[in-house]
Amino acid sequence: MNYSMNDQQHILKQNEQVATKEMVIEIRDLRKSFGDNHVLNGFSMTLYKGENLVVMGKSGSGKSVMIKCLVGLMQPDSGFLSVMGKEIKTLDRKTLDALRSDIGFLFQGSALYDSMTVRENLEFPMRRHKEKLGNIEDTTPLVLEALENVGLAHTMDLMPSELSGGMKRRVALARTLILKPKIILYDEPTSGLDPITAKEIIELMRSIQKMYGTSSLIITHDVDCARVISERMVLLVDGINYAEGSYAELSKSTDPKVEAFFKK
Amino acid sequence: MAYVIQSYKKIRQFFIEIGELSYFAIRYFKEALKPPWEFKELIRQCYHMGNRSLVLVGVTGFIIGLVLTLQSRPTLMEFGAVSWMPNMVGISIVREIGPVITALICAGRIASGIGAELGSMRVTEQIDAMEVSGTNPFKYLVVTRITATTLMLPLLVIFGDTVALYGSALVENLKGDVSFQLYFNTVFDALEFGDLVPATIKSFFFGFTIGLVGCYKGYYCKKGTAGVGVAANTAVVTASLLLFVVDFIAVFVSDIFYEL
Repeated sequence: MNYSMNDQQHILKQNEQVATKEMVIEIRDLRKSFGDNHVLNGFSMTLYKGENLVVMGKSGSGKSVMIKCLVGLMQPDSGFLSVMGKEIKTLDRKTLDALRSDIGFLFQGSALYDSMTVRENLEFPMRRHKEKLGNIEDTTPLVLEALENVGLAHTMDLMPSELSGGMKRRVALARTLILKPKIILYDEPTSGLDPITAKEIIELMRSIQKMYGTSSLIITHDVDCARVISERMVLLVDGINYAEGSYAELSKSTDPKVEAFFKK
Repeated sequence: MAYVIQSYKKIRQFFIEIGELSYFAIRYFKEALKPPWEFKELIRQCYHMGNRSLVLVGVTGFIIGLVLTLQSRPTLMEFGAVSWMPNMVGISIVREIGPVITALICAGRIASGIGAELGSMRVTEQIDAMEVSGTNPFKYLVVTRITATTLMLPLLVIFGDTVALYGSALVENLKGDVSFQLYFNTVFDALEFGDLVPATIKSFFFGFTIGLVGCYKGYYCKKGTAGVGVAANTAVVTASLLLFVVDFIAVFVSDIFYEL
């Protein structure tokens, strides 16, 4: 890693600052291979409470693999993964499901259930987490609240096929919010959207963070998205956390591999 | 040499697939016995697979009954054995033709449908979204579908058999002046308990096979949207082939019981 002296000093200073904050996600030395393809080669990072952390990397660099390992959708080959103080590898199914109710996951393609209406899509996560929501009988107010927060209250009875790409992403975000998660993982939240809709989604992510006080881990290769939303950034190169810092710091870096991300 | 290596790889892949399919079946039983159960989804799937296959099974059964009687009639007349028609058609439809034809139709309609549906859910990350939301997707999607096909196929077979017999009775009524009542009396005189029970039992296994193969192919669908087509296609081919294997085993086992 080719950090300049200034970069190193800043990272040390930043590390001292964040040491006092509460850690909600910790990844240490994460490794994952698919056959001979070593995707993650010892990736490490931490997410602090209330923080917006952007992980940037090229397509196929293992960003999505990393967050799928975080929620137990994939098993890493080795490494330490902890979410809100619980080590993912050691959790049984029931505990993992309970932990998942505190983690919202916005999928790259929205992943709305085709055969269900918008309302049913939002009600689906509530089935297994009724205790968390206080064993409510009528789910309508919760569904309506989540949809209002993304500006789509009128779509409640529509099917996903009747929605545009941006609307699908908003509904998926509403579905993520329905369980009032403490952490939201965004997998390429703006991919496949036109610049105006992408900007709207970014604004929505910011307002949601203010409204719900969530910590956000955003996986993207969209530099504009990273610039607007990130408080801190991690660059994933060759399967490791190659560089860390704020957008302003990293965009000024003279390291060719870091520069490559910010070239227009 | 290249041919030998290629053949070895294909045989190896075949056995891997059999192993994975067996593991999938074991997982089904494990998950099916553990609560919570998805009754609402099971009923929805039963309706979806049973009710919506009725027309197809009915039309096919009716035509099979018609054709079988029309084709057999001249030969039986040659031997002066046309009065045996209801017995012959009844036994052949109830014991073999009805269950196999219905199962093959369902393999085409249901297995491909399940393969395509679960396959598209896999490639669009809907199954992952289900998992993340705390719902066990295997229980919600796979267990309900396999159970629904297992329960619905015997009912479809009974319906298909009945319609096929009506088709046959219609031909006899029009060509041989045999009343419907006489036709069905003769059929039920000829049929024994030993004809109905093995046919019904094997229908459950046919249903299980169709659901299992459709779910397995869809649930482990790979290679993006192209993989969805492959999943639907291979689900039909594999389910149809396995149905004949299951049928052979069922006939073999029921023959042993007959001899006892």
